[in-house]
Amino acid sequence: MVPLSCYLVLSGILFACGVTGFLIKRNIITIFMSIELMLNGVNLSFVAFAAQWKALSGQVFVFFVMVVAAAEAAVGLAIIIAVFRTRKTLNVDYVNLLKL
Amino acid sequence: MTPNFHLWLIPVLPLLGAAVNGLFGKRFSRTLVSIVGLSSSAAAFALGLWVATEFPSLASGLYRETFAPWLRAGDFRVDFGFYLDHLSLVMLLIVSGVGFLIHLYSVGYMWEEGGYYRFFSYLNLFLFFMLTLVLASNYLVMFIGWEGVGLASYLLIGFWFTRDIAASAGKKAFIVNRVGDFGFLIALFLLIKHFGSLDFVSLFASIRPLGPETQGSGLLTSIALLLMVGACGKSAQIPLYVWLPDAMEGPTPVSALIHAATMVTAGIYMIARSHVIFDRAPAAGMIVAILGTLTAFFAATIGITQTDIKKVLAYSTISQLGYMFLACGVAAYTAGIFHLMTHAFFKGLLFLAAGSVMHALGGEQDMRNMGGLRTKIPGTFWTMTAGTFAIAGIPPLAGFFSKDEILWQAYASPRGSWVYWLLGLITAFMTSFYMFRLWFLTFFGGYRGSLAEAHAQPAGLSPASHGHPQTAGSGSHGHGIHDSPKVMLVPMIILAVLSFVGGWVNHSFENFLAPVFRDSGSTLAAEAHPASGESPAEEGGGKESLLMVISVAAALSGLYLAWLLYCRRPELPNEIAQGMRGLYQTVLNKYYVDELYANLFVKPLVDGSTKLLWHGIDQNVIDAGVDASADAARHVSDTMRHMQSGNVRSYAGWVAFGAAGVIAYMIWIGVR
Repeated sequence: MVPLSCYLVLSGILFACGVTGFLIKRNIITIFMSIELMLNGVNLSFVAFAAQWKALSGQVFVFFVMVVAAAEAAVGLAIIIAVFRTRKTLNVDYVNLLKL
Repeated sequence: MTPNFHLWLIPVLPLLGAAVNGLFGKRFSRTLVSIVGLSSSAAAFALGLWVATEFPSLASGLYRETFAPWLRAGDFRVDFGFYLDHLSLVMLLIVSGVGFLIHLYSVGYMWEEGGYYRFFSYLNLFLFFMLTLVLASNYLVMFIGWEGVGLASYLLIGFWFTRDIAASAGKKAFIVNRVGDFGFLIALFLLIKHFGSLDFVSLFASIRPLGPETQGSGLLTSIALLLMVGACGKSAQIPLYVWLPDAMEGPTPVSALIHAATMVTAGIYMIARSHVIFDRAPAAGMIVAILGTLTAFFAATIGITQTDIKKVLAYSTISQLGYMFLACGVAAYTAGIFHLMTHAFFKGLLFLAAGSVMHALGGEQDMRNMGGLRTKIPGTFWTMTAGTFAIAGIPPLAGFFSKDEILWQAYASPRGSWVYWLLGLITAFMTSFYMFRLWFLTFFGGYRGSLAEAHAQPAGLSPASHGHPQTAGSGSHGHGIHDSPKVMLVPMIILAVLSFVGGWVNHSFENFLAPVFRDSGSTLAAEAHPASGESPAEEGGGKESLLMVISVAAALSGLYLAWLLYCRRPELPNEIAQGMRGLYQTVLNKYYVDELYANLFVKPLVDGSTKLLWHGIDQNVIDAGVDASADAARHVSDTMRHMQSGNVRSYAGWVAFGAAGVIAYMIWIGVR
C-alpha cells in the first residue's frame, strides 16, 4: 500500500503548482485552471486522509468541493467570455479598471 | 372650617394668558391679544381681592395649599404648595394690582410696536412667576418664581432684541442675577443640610427655638448672608446693582412693572419672609443695613447727575431699594414692606409718566431736550407731580410716611444707629433734589427740544382722538407734542391717587403685618438690651416728631435747591459742574463701577476664554487633535492604497501572502 505521505507530497506539489501558476500566469484561462489545480490538490489530501482514517466525511467533502468547482467554472467561464467580448483580450494586466 | 381659596388659580391664569398669546398670538388681532392679556391679569387681581376679603375670617392667620409632592429623598421632601399669610397677601395685591394697571397702560404704549403679542405673552409670564414667588410655601417653589422672573426680565429687557445694546443689557441683567442666585442656592443647601426642610412653616418652627448668634458668627449668620447675596442680585444692591440702570433699555412699562414696582422688590420680600433667620443673625442684619444705606446714598448721588429721564428713575429705584434693605437690616420689616408698597405705587407711576413724556416727545429720553411740557401734556404733568412729591417725602403723600418710618426705625430700632439715620436723611434730601430736578427740567422753563411746536395741539382737548399712539422708545413722530390716550392716563391716575393716599394706612398696615413679625421684636429685645427693658417706642414719642420734622425739612430744601438751580438760575448747574469737575465726572460716570467690573471680572474672563480656552485649549488641543487624527488617517491611507493597484495578479499575490500568513499562524499555534 502506498503510504499516506506520498499522497500528501503529491497533493502539496499539485497545490504549489496551482499557486505558482495562479501568481505568474497572465492569461485568465490559465489562472482559472491553476485554481482548479489547487482545489484538486486539496481534494487529493482529503481523500487520502479519508482512506487513512476510514472516515467518510473526507470523501463527502470532496464532492462538495467538486460541486463548488463546477459552479465556479460555469460562472467563471461566463465572466471570462464577457471580459473577452468587451476587452478583446484575456491578459489580466490589461484588465485593470479598478486601478487608481 | 377653612375655606378653599384655590390659590393655584391666581398664578395659573396669567400663565394661561401667556401660553395663549405666545402660541397663537401671532394670528390674533391686537385687540384680541389685549383682551387675553388684560383679562388674565385682571382675573388674577380679582381673585387676589376676593382672597383678601375672605382672609380676615381665618382664625389662624395663615392658609396653606399643597398640591403634589415634588421631591422626596429620605426624610427630606419638597411639595408644590402655596402659602398665604399677611405678608404674602400684601405682596399678592401689590403684584397683581400694579401688574394689571401696567398691563392696561401697555395696551396704549405698545400699540404701534412690532411683536405686540410677544410683549403681552412675556408680561403675563412675568406675572405668573412673580405670583408664584410671593405665594410659594417653601424656598424651592419660591426659587422657581425667583428664576422665572429673572427669565421674564431678560426677555423683556431684550424685547427690542435687534438693538445690540438692549440684547446685551438683557444678558447683563441675567448674568449679574446669576451671581446672586448662586448665594441663594447655597443658602438653600445649608438649610437642607442642617434643618432638613425648606418649608416655611416647619423650617421656621425648627429655627425659632435657637437663640440669636450674638457671639461671632455661625450657621444662621452664614445662611442669612448667602440669602442676602441673592437678595442683592435681585434687588439691585451694592455690589450687584449694575444691571438695573442698563435694564432701562427695555420698554418703559417693563421698567415700571419689573424694574421698579415688583421684581426688584423680590429680594426685600425674601428677606422679610426669612426674618426668623435674620432676627437671629445680628451680624448679617448689620451688613444688610450697611449695604442698604450705602446703596441708597451712592445711587442717589449718581441719580443727581444723570440726564436720561429713565436713568434718573433707575438710580432712584436702586436708592429706594436701599432704604428697604436698610429697614430689613434693622429688623423693621414692616417699614420695609410698607415702603415697598408705596414705592410700587409712586415709582410705577413715575415710570409710566416718564414713558408718557417720551411718548409725547417721540422717544426723546434726554431731559436736556425737554422743558416746558407742563401746559402741553397736563395729564402727565399732574400725575407725575403726585409721584414726585410722593417720592420726595412731602407730607401727606405716601412716600413721606413710609420713608419717615424707615428713618425713624433706622435710628430707634435696637439694631439702628444715628449713622444710618444721617445717611438716610442726606439720601432723602438728594432724592428730593434729583426728583424735583427731573420735574423742573421736564415740565418747566422753555422747551429745548427740536420737535416742531407748530404742530403741537392744544393738549388735553382730545387726548383720545389720537387713537394710535406713536412709536415710543424708537421711531419717528408725526403729530407734535400731545398727551397720552386715556388707556395710558387712567392707570397713571389710579396710581397717582394711590401715591397720594397710600401712606395713610400707616398704622393699620403695621397692625395688619404684626402677626407675621410678631416674634421678631422679642428676639431683638433679648439680643440688644436685656437690662434696660424699655422699648424704643415708649421713649421716643417726642424724638420721632423731631426727626420727622427734620426729614420734611430735608425734602423741602431739596425742592428749594432744585428750584433755585433748574428754574430760577439754570446757568448755575453748569458752573457748579465746572467748579467740581473731577467729582462731577466721577459721579456722572457712575463712579466708574462698570469700568471697574469690566476690568476686574469681565476682561479676565474674556481674555482667559480667548487666550487660554479658545486659542489654547480649543484650537491647540481639541482642534489640533482632530486635525492630527485626520492627517494620520490620510497618511496611512495614502500608503495603504498602493495595495489596491487594480492589477489582478498583485491581488493574487496578496491573497497568497495572506493565506501563507494564516497557515504560518496555525502552524505556530499547533507547535506551541
